[in-house]
Amino acid sequence: MTCDVCKNNQATVFLTQIVEGKMQKVNLCESCSKEKGVSDPTGFALADLLLGLGAAQEIERSGGMQKCPTCGFSQADFKKTGRLGCSNCYETFNDGLGGLLKQMHKGTEHVGKVPQRLLKSLERENQMKELQRNLRKAVANEDYESAAQIRDQIREGEVPN
Amino acid sequence: MPIHNILTNPGEWLRGDGPHNQIVISSRVRLARNLRGFSFPGWAKKTERLQILETIKARVEELTEMADAHSVYSQDLSALEKQVLVERHLISREHAAKGVGSAVVLNKRQTLSIMINEEDHLRLQALRSGLQLKSVFKMIDKVDTALEERLDFAFHPKLGYLTACPTNVGTGMRASAMLHLPALVMSEQINQVIQAVNKIGLAVRGLYGEGTEALGNLFQVSNQTTLGEKEDEIIARLHKVIEQILEHEQNARANLLQKQATKLLDHIGRGYGILRHAYSMSSKEALNLLSFMKLGIDLGFFNEQCRQPIDELFMETQPAHLQKGTQQKLAAEERDALRADIIRTKLLNFPLPDLRTARDQPTPPAE
Ligand SMILES: [Zn+2]
Ligand SMILES: [Zn+2]
Repeated sequence: MTCDVCKNNQATVFLTQIVEGKMQKVNLCESCSKEKGVSDPTGFALADLLLGLGAAQEIERSGGMQKCPTCGFSQADFKKTGRLGCSNCYETFNDGLGGLLKQMHKGTEHVGKVPQRLLKSLERENQMKELQRNLRKAVANEDYESAAQIRDQIREGEVPN
Repeated sequence: MPIHNILTNPGEWLRGDGPHNQIVISSRVRLARNLRGFSFPGWAKKTERLQILETIKARVEELTEMADAHSVYSQDLSALEKQVLVERHLISREHAAKGVGSAVVLNKRQTLSIMINEEDHLRLQALRSGLQLKSVFKMIDKVDTALEERLDFAFHPKLGYLTACPTNVGTGMRASAMLHLPALVMSEQINQVIQAVNKIGLAVRGLYGEGTEALGNLFQVSNQTTLGEKEDEIIARLHKVIEQILEHEQNARANLLQKQATKLLDHIGRGYGILRHAYSMSSKEALNLLSFMKLGIDLGFFNEQCRQPIDELFMETQPAHLQKGTQQKLAAEERDALRADIIRTKLLNFPLPDLRTARDQPTPPAE
């Protein structure tokens, strides 16, 4: 049996783990098991490794984009490492990752912490979109008085502080 | 060299007296974060990695929490020094393999560790003794909040914090506790516990050793999933499960005392005898025997003064800690001899275990 990671050496370390009721198996050679920190006292590497390998297969099956336009990372790279190249890879490989994340996690949407600074800028962005919508509506209705008011509000919002 | 101070002083969690610290050795929470607009460390070119490192390091050093911290570039640490930090759980094994382009920032008490350019640009970790996941999370959350005012993190409104490995996406949080469960192992209930915990999406695994083997009866319980659940919900769920495991271990101890007292006393008595008189000892044997000594102290077979020396030996007999004092790398047999010497010296003035009074003790006090 060959190693699941390097696909080269003879596998000598066999791991099984039950994750959310699903049995995961991985076979590793001596050097890959060391490199992947299988006996790592910090211990998190194993689950990452197991799930990471599954992730690569899933993405391959889904077809879709081959290479990330932002960082140049390819499906083959993902298959090799079980890691992505940059944060935009999540958009690039969205098709394959979607189903995988669902299978891997408790839910498909983040419900936890949001960076506050980002939250504020997102809110402002949404506010501006809303104003633009209202402006178009007002113009379409030939309500030029409201349109002028909204335009002022947009201008105010765009002023960098 | 400031890192020297860290290497020679045990961290808070090793000396610690957190809640339930007899069974729960430590609580740990780590957050994975990445900067927007840069490749992840494993894919970034060297110049990009160096740019990321300097950007982050400067911001981390500004934090009030890190006022007394030491920053060390990976290339400035020897292999042995890195291994000491791994054994103390202050850096990951993956981080220990890094060279130019990575660094770690540690506070003086060794309760906060910030790895730069590990698998993610940032791995923020808080670590305390005993069962205190909630306060440990608060600690690291505060650091994270302060950092995100200074750095633009890669964040997706639907997927949350974006990480190099899809297993960490969402909260980027992994919370864990290290537990000492000798009675559950001895009474062969540990596999049931592991299976039950796995079923609810948490993981239990041996801290040392491979496969199902758990050296020193030390286990780590952690969350497996990071997407679709709030941080405090994950922490609360984990905390509850650990409390249950704790109760099971206490019951198993009481049960062993009642029904298998001879077997229990034999393990502890033999452990004491071998540790006190051996001249060569592998790390595996040391961990397993020290586990029985620790149990013996918890059950009152030894007095409380024995606790700290035994806890220290768990760490001091690890390979890198062992070689920290010696100048050159030791061969396996030399290590085993040195390990036995250190243990014998430490146990020299240990009183004999008082097994008779312990036998009369009906049940261990419930905490
Ligand atoms: Zn391999
Ligand atoms: Zn990419």
